[in-house]
Amino acid sequence: MNANTSIPPHLLEIDCAKELDQISGAIRSALGRNLHKRGLVLGISGGIDSSVTAALCVQGVGKDRVIGIQMPERHSAEVTLGLSALLADHLGIRKISVDITPILEAVGYYDKYDEAVRTAVPGYGREWKSKIVVSDITEDKAYTLFSVVVASPDGGVMKKRLELNSFLAIVAATNFKQRIRKMLEYYYADLHNFGVAGTPNRLEYDQGFFVKLGDGAADIKPIAHLYKTQVYQLARHMGIPEAIINRPPTTDTYSLPQGQDEFFFSVPYEIMDICLYGKNHGLSPEDVGHRAGLPPGRVSAIFQDIERKRAATRYLHLAPVLVTEVPEIVCDSIVKKDLG
Amino acid sequence: MMEHEHEIRKFIAEKFLFGEDNKLPSDASLLEAGIIDSTGVLELISYLEEQFKIKVDDDELVPENLDTIAGVCKFLSKKTA
Repeated sequence: MNANTSIPPHLLEIDCAKELDQISGAIRSALGRNLHKRGLVLGISGGIDSSVTAALCVQGVGKDRVIGIQMPERHSAEVTLGLSALLADHLGIRKISVDITPILEAVGYYDKYDEAVRTAVPGYGREWKSKIVVSDITEDKAYTLFSVVVASPDGGVMKKRLELNSFLAIVAATNFKQRIRKMLEYYYADLHNFGVAGTPNRLEYDQGFFVKLGDGAADIKPIAHLYKTQVYQLARHMGIPEAIINRPPTTDTYSLPQGQDEFFFSVPYEIMDICLYGKNHGLSPEDVGHRAGLPPGRVSAIFQDIERKRAATRYLHLAPVLVTEVPEIVCDSIVKKDLG
Repeated sequence: MMEHEHEIRKFIAEKFLFGEDNKLPSDASLLEAGIIDSTGVLELISYLEEQFKIKVDDDELVPENLDTIAGVCKFLSKKTA
């Protein structure tokens, strides 16, 4: 008898054809009835989320109404431009490429970032590389703590926990990247009377893994309800190029390669999806642990961390706080089924 | 009142609650109560280090030392002894 009776046998499996139909229909409705825009702009990075989102937009409104913006910078992985171009060519959408390095230089990002890292590692130089990593919340600690990992030109590697001011300075500087990209997406959207599609998957959306008014800003988020595992299912169903499907999830933010699990989630996305699903459906740590291959204690720690991240990042989802209600202005956030 | 309790309560009230003192029990979890998050923990550590001239080591960054007013007071007394 299968002891894992609480977990459906095909956990996280979706009916891709049905999902595709629902999402593409919602995109059309949203553009026509919520947003009153003629098409969609989105940033394309060669990653799975932006690729699937772009494909869904094309399915919804046609390739002539979708524009992909490539926005590499000095620290972007070499494969990023190639894969995003592959995606654009595969879908037949227009792509616009804007190297944001000069913009980042103009706002002083690179100097600010290096200076921030030097507050933690005084010897950090321009030729060094670095990334930010998060503590493993499945260990017996309750706090998400960040460290900087630096690599010197001679191959030396060091890891140093970030204190308050260093952490805030690095986050503030790094957020320039997402906000500059969003600024450009909205430029092209305004130019064409288009809306902007955001690309977070459910894990990212739920856990606040985005920058306010950076990658968190959008007019529609077509895959925010899909677990990353499900995004991959849709990718295969829609024939997204294998090179994109096989690319490991990355933040593509720092000069050292960095997985999303290193930076924010501390476990791989496949495990996080199972845990998030389990938490959302009231499943026990024992049952989830059995499916995820984790001891129940670690699952409990992940459940706890999910709640804490939700609480800590709740403000990222908020519209501006008003002193009193302005009842004439209604903020709809679900696609309208009818006109009016 | 425990040693340092008044200072810790004052810091928490001013830093995280904008002066409102909600009479938090000394054994209540600051994380569970939603008073601090992971960034707030860094702010607490920064305050402890600057105000009391101590250094909080990486292996001391555990809820036992930092997640309750009572825990912080006990930790502080040990570090300043």
